[in-house]
Parts: sequence; C-alpha cells; structure tokens
Amino acid sequence: MTAGSGPPSGDGLVWRTATELARLLASGELSSVELTGALIERSDAVDPGINAYLHRTDELALEAAGAADARRSRGEAASPFDGVPVAYKDIFVTRGVPTTCGSKILEGWVPPYDATVVERCHGAGLPMLGKTNLDQFAMGSSTENSGFFPSRNPWDTGRVPGGSSGGSAAAVAAGAVPWAWGTDTGGSVRQPGGLCGLVGAKPTYGRISRYGMIAFASSLDQASPLTRSVEDAAALMAIAAGHDPCDSTSIPSPAENYLDGIDGGIEGLRFGIIKEFTGEGSQPGVRARVDDAYTRLEKLGATLQEVSMPSFQHGIPAYYLIAPAEASSNLARFDGVRYGSRVAGDTNIVTMNSMTRDEGFGAEVKRRIMIGTYALSAGFYDAYYGKAQRVRTLIIQDLRRAYESVDLIVCPTSPTTAFKLGERTDDPLAMYLSDVYTVPFNLSGNPAVSVPCGLSSDDGLPVGLQIVAKTLDEKTMFRAAYAFEKDLGFAGSPEGRPRL
Amino acid sequence: MDIDSGTVDYVARLARLALSDEEREQMRAELSDILEHAGRIRALDLDGVEPTSHPVRLLNVARPDEVRPSLSQEEALACAPAAENGRFKVPRIIEEA
Repeated sequence: MTAGSGPPSGDGLVWRTATELARLLASGELSSVELTGALIERSDAVDPGINAYLHRTDELALEAAGAADARRSRGEAASPFDGVPVAYKDIFVTRGVPTTCGSKILEGWVPPYDATVVERCHGAGLPMLGKTNLDQFAMGSSTENSGFFPSRNPWDTGRVPGGSSGGSAAAVAAGAVPWAWGTDTGGSVRQPGGLCGLVGAKPTYGRISRYGMIAFASSLDQASPLTRSVEDAAALMAIAAGHDPCDSTSIPSPAENYLDGIDGGIEGLRFGIIKEFTGEGSQPGVRARVDDAYTRLEKLGATLQEVSMPSFQHGIPAYYLIAPAEASSNLARFDGVRYGSRVAGDTNIVTMNSMTRDEGFGAEVKRRIMIGTYALSAGFYDAYYGKAQRVRTLIIQDLRRAYESVDLIVCPTSPTTAFKLGERTDDPLAMYLSDVYTVPFNLSGNPAVSVPCGLSSDDGLPVGLQIVAKTLDEKTMFRAAYAFEKDLGFAGSPEGRPRL
Repeated sequence: MDIDSGTVDYVARLARLALSDEEREQMRAELSDILEHAGRIRALDLDGVEPTSHPVRLLNVARPDEVRPSLSQEEALACAPAAENGRFKVPRIIEEA
C-alpha cells in the first residue's frame, strides 16, 4: 500500500510509513487524534501477543495528538512530522513517565527530566505512545534478559524479535507504531531490525546526544531509529541528530539533512565486501539472500570489491571486554541510595549495596559486571582491557585503509534469522558470538544501517543487509540503502509485512 | 582459562554483588568460558599500537561558570528509597569501635 492509494482508514493506516502519514496529516486528510487512536487500537489488538511495551502512555499520546492537530489547524506545525506518534526503548528517560531500563532495580522510578532525544522528538511534535521492552540495561540480543518478560517476533511469536531493542522492533513490525527509538551498543538496533524485517540505522558515534540515555557502555552507545522505510530512518535520525552541550562526547558540527539527495542512486559507488566474513556459521538461506543483494547492487550500477580486515577476527573478544568494563563502571550508580529499589536497608552500607544489586540485577547484567570488574582489576587491566583497546585501534585502522578504495562496506547483519525463544539462553557465549557482524562498527564508531533484503528460503523469516559508511557519511549510507530498498520492493509490499 | 572460586568472591566483593552459592558456582563456570574466548587477544603482539578509548577524539568541554536552574531538592529526592531532612538516607557507614 502506498500513500494516496485509498482513503486513510482502518488496517491500511497502521502500515503506512511515517513519511506517508506526515503527508496525510499535512493535507488534512487525517488528524493526529484519529491516527493515534488507530495505533492505540492496533496496540490493544496485537501487544498481548508480542509484549512489545513495558509501559503505554495512551492518554499522554492522545493529548499530544490533540495539541498537534491544533497547531496544524493554525498553520503552525512544529515540524513536517508534527502529530506522527513514536515509541521509545525504555532506556530513554522520560519526565513523569516510569523508566526501568528493563530492570527490577529501577522498578517504580519516575525520572525528573527528559533525554535529549525525547526532548527533540517532543519539540518536533511526535506524540509518545509508550516505553518499549529491552534486555535489561540493553545487555542481550533477544529481550529474554528483560527483568519483566520477553517480547516476541511478529513474524513468528515463538521466536525472539532480537535485542536489545526488541520491544521497539516488535512494535514497529506489528504496525503498533510507525517508528521507534532504540539504542545500538553492539548491534542492538541493527540486529532486531534485521530479524523483524525493518530498517535499523546507527549514526556515527557522537552524532546523537546520549544525555538521558541510561548508560551501558559509554564509548559505544548510540541512539538509533527502527522504521519500516529508509526514508523514515533518515528523517527520524535527523530530528535528533546534532550537537548537544549536555553530552561532552557530542560532535560539535551541525547535522546534515539526511533526506537531501537520498534518491540519487548508487551508480558508480564502490562497495567493499569483507574477505574475513566468509559466511562460516551463517545459515544458507541468509547467505543466499545476502548474495542476491550483492548482485542487485551491481545491477544498480555499483561496483563490488574485496577488502581485507584482519583485525575483525578479534572484534568479539575486544567488544566483550570493553563493553562489560564500561558497564561495570556505569552500573556502580545503582546502589540503593538515590533511586530504585533497596534491600536490607537496616544493615550496613556495604551489605545494603550488595544485597540490593544482587536482587535487582538480572543474571546477564551480573555476568557482565563481573567480567568487566575482573578485566579492570589490578593485575589484569593491561592483559585484558588494555589489549582490547589496542585491538580497537587496529579495527579503526583496517577500516580507514579500506575506505581509501571503497565508498561503503556491505555484509550481513546477523548470521541467522530470528531464533526460537529459549534456544540460546543457556549458552551466553553462543549468544555473544552472533554479534560478529555488528560489533566492529561500534568499536570503530562508523554509521551502519540494516536494511531488509527479503525472506530466507530456510524458514520464511526476514534477512538483513548491513551497509556501513565512513565516519559522518550517513548521507551516502542512506542513499545506498534507499536505492536498494526501492529496487527490491520488499518494504511496503504484502510480503514485507508479518501476518499477525 | 580457569577462574577459581576465590577469584569469583574477590571480584564479586569489588563489584558489590552478594551472589548466592548457586550463582557463584555458575558464574565461575561461565566466566571461565567467556574469558577463555576473550582472552585470546592476550597473545597478540600489540607493542607500539596506541590504545583507543573512544571512537572520536575527545577534548575537554567546558561551559561558562554561570548559575543555572537545576533539579530542586524535592525532585532529586522524590524517588530515593529513603530520605530524611532533605538528604538521602543510608544505613550505617562507619562501624562502632
């Protein structure tokens, strides 16, 4: 279904992209209150089956929708997207609205301020439909580490939606919200995007403010959109991107308009294929779709060449030392003193801290705090953390070298399609290894997008193609993803949508 | 890579985690596995390679030293597990002699 192909009502409405909805709102064919009402109805119908939301804010959304309609009727739209609803991974703090980060340790906490991403989306007039589920503190690849319940993949509710931003992915894929925010520390938006047939786009590190995003690994975390089209991903990213004085790692230059020139095509662009990503351990159905995608890029006028990244074999080890090390430090703030739960408050401070943290944190969070604390402890710092930081340098050097001869890099997003709930929970290491294609680009900070490349013939589930650009070259990344998406014709087609 | 239970106890103490006996044993096995894999990079010869802490170059960021509005005491304390007289309340920190 495309914009203008019929009256905007009922089922068709919830499948439209944010860009299409914005046009309908601008032309007056649709009001934000109608749209928000339809999405609330859709959420009522589908959320019990997918558990995408931790906390819904229907009333607030309708109120914001009314205000958006009033602005539009006065000819004072706050942005082209004024009145298009959005959802946030529950890692973004929201003033007056409970925020848990998927953990019992923060149950009942009501933040006194908004994250910069939330503030900018409010400023653009996007009503908030709710806070979505995640692996506790964004640590995981399936949402099974949520302290509350796992979310389910709308394509097959016996399977995971991916993670950690799995609630946002499930909600967008199920038509419960047109777009949503996630965060990507090691692939936590690109992987659920791939597994749910969506676009998941991570900007260059530092491009979007981390202020008010509960910190997991501060040198890796980036806010990232999950959407049903490349155009929507570029638009949502542009709403939040740009310098923020509240984040000392925020890049000072102004953000570009990522929609500008997005339809310019990819004739003559040079794509690098990573020699070391041999496809070993990948499902045949995933490899077939990704190979088809490479052929399609050539058909569209791009050239492909092999690039070598010898350091990438060390990506997972380096990531699983650096991320836990930073997490062990960041999560020290959850100590039962300033917010969240408290256990054994009538003992002494160390016992209270330790009991509170043991009870409040889930198993994966404790595991990573332990790894990180070990890797940073006296006598081991140089051998583990110091070594990992040097591997990080090698990864950045390999990418710089490759980008001397190519414009973009392409590879799969994940080695497999969505896996069954419970399939990997007993083997944390196996779960970590599935992040092999995504973590190098968090270590390096490059922008990277996962775009759907069709369904696997093994199981009929979506496969994601990852396109990685040079630092701060989001525009070329989106231009390539857009050309691929349009030519494939999967997004927006009946085939590109789960039968939920 | 074998992590012994003494190391698990030591690290858990540093991390302020009161692990149960069951958790300690599971943690010992899992940490051994994970550090075995991650520890592969220990063997790499990386002398002369500078460490990277951050993907973009970090500079000190300062702002003018001006008084600006901030959270009120009431807002800051609103979600504390325990507060008294405008302060966070914590259990005993200094043991009696």
